[in-house]
Amino acid sequence: MPLSEIRGAGAAPEAMCLDGISFSYGRHLVLDGISLAIGAGEFVALTGPNGSGKSSLVRVALGLSAPQAGTVRLLGHSPAALGQRWRVGYVPQRAMLADHLPATVEEVVASGCVARRGWYRRPRPQDAARVDAALDVVALDDHRHVPVAELSGGQQQRAFIARALASEPELLVLDEPIAGVDVESQGRFRDALVTRCRTDGVAVLLVSHELGAVAEDLDRVVLLRGGHLAFDGPPAKLTAEGVSLGVHHMDLPVWLEGLG
Amino acid sequence: MTLPLPWPFDRQYMQLALAAGVVVGVCAPLIGTFLVQKRLSLMGDGVGHMAFAGVAAGLLAGVSPLWAALAVAVAGAMTIEWLRLRRRASGDLALAVFFYSGIAAGVVLSGLAGSLNAGMLTYLFGSVLTVSPADAVTICALGTLILAVVAVAWRAMFAVVLDEEAARVAGLPVDALSLGLAALTAVTVVAAMRVVGVLLVAALMVLPVGSAQRVARSFAATLRWAVAIGVGSVVAGLALARAGGLAPGGTIVLVSAAAFAVTAAFGGRLGARTA
Repeated sequence: MPLSEIRGAGAAPEAMCLDGISFSYGRHLVLDGISLAIGAGEFVALTGPNGSGKSSLVRVALGLSAPQAGTVRLLGHSPAALGQRWRVGYVPQRAMLADHLPATVEEVVASGCVARRGWYRRPRPQDAARVDAALDVVALDDHRHVPVAELSGGQQQRAFIARALASEPELLVLDEPIAGVDVESQGRFRDALVTRCRTDGVAVLLVSHELGAVAEDLDRVVLLRGGHLAFDGPPAKLTAEGVSLGVHHMDLPVWLEGLG
Repeated sequence: MTLPLPWPFDRQYMQLALAAGVVVGVCAPLIGTFLVQKRLSLMGDGVGHMAFAGVAAGLLAGVSPLWAALAVAVAGAMTIEWLRLRRRASGDLALAVFFYSGIAAGVVLSGLAGSLNAGMLTYLFGSVLTVSPADAVTICALGTLILAVVAVAWRAMFAVVLDEEAARVAGLPVDALSLGLAALTAVTVVAAMRVVGVLLVAALMVLPVGSAQRVARSFAATLRWAVAIGVGSVVAGLALARAGGLAPGGTIVLVSAAAFAVTAAFGGRLGARTA
């Protein structure tokens, strides 16, 4: 799909723009000519069967891997030229194996402020305020002094989302953040993302197999299949094709498995 | 000059040993805390073996073994980290290559220098009771450098060891911080070489941290506990060594291992979870 169609007339300023991205591991082509744009305040889900190239796309989009063809622009700049990298928040897949690390929730979240203030600088009052705000958004304020290793998987994931939020990013990328997360945490997670999107105009790219928790809030669903963009449109259009994002009989994971 | 300290630190040689030992007791666990979180617990061991090659090279070339060890150890540690960062080799494979190359080069070079004798053994196992005032000044200077860098960079280093990829996306200078930590590891090893020796230096980087993890509930507290246990092990180890006529380097490490055994047995909740 050409970029002019994706962007549309009068779209919000682009937080992320991928144009004709091709990427391969050795001879294995993983992404083949992907074009994708996400505007400020947009809530976009990226999904697809296992091995469809989702994580590779995220790595290329964040500048962690260089594409063989195509261009990446983050907040109007190439990843290498974006001076204020803290404007992009990232929650990696399986963010940390935390069971051996005696770090408190507050310490983990505060580590998200280091890049913004400068790595050699001491924390300032506004950093503490950003940590407080991020903890509030993910509803972990009461757990700030608890070691991360003592939290449930869902709470840990929320702590890492708070770390990404602590720098007040304009673009937030989350790679499989709700896999195996309890229902209460999924609700908190949904509230946190929707607040950032709708209130603060943060662009959110959520990579996941499970979109039930956020199905009603998404602006677009992007479906990758075999390294190609198989679908890019509103959830309603996907529903019209007989696929529900919720937990119904024809839900997304089952459908994706069928595609794979 | 001898300070009016009580037994067992009433003699000058014990006071010099105490000064050098306390610096190492502070710095080794401090750096070790970051290495353990990076799952590079044996980095100190690998760098220690390269420092051994450096000592031998210094003896062969007729230059100061300590400064030669520092040069070789810093270069080797940064190369290990560079290989890991560039994914040319996994962390443990890169370590193993340098670990064995270091000890082999040390044996060959010291053979060439005709110095594979008691002199080399003081570097392998430490000789803290023969620390000269000049050695103590050098060790204190290296310790001050380590403390100054950690005081400025520890929050950024924590962000990197917590999640290297997220730190890279956020724009932290991950490569520079990782290479800096590797260089500090080498400086610590060389500072500790006279105290516990290159064969045991990694123990002071790892054992106090393992103990601290079992009693601390935050990363900052882990750093504080690790340093306290490191300094406590050095002081108690030196006292026991004098009282019993024991080898001081080995005694310091055994005290540190005993502290680990106690915290592993009676440590807090984190210990219970990771045991």
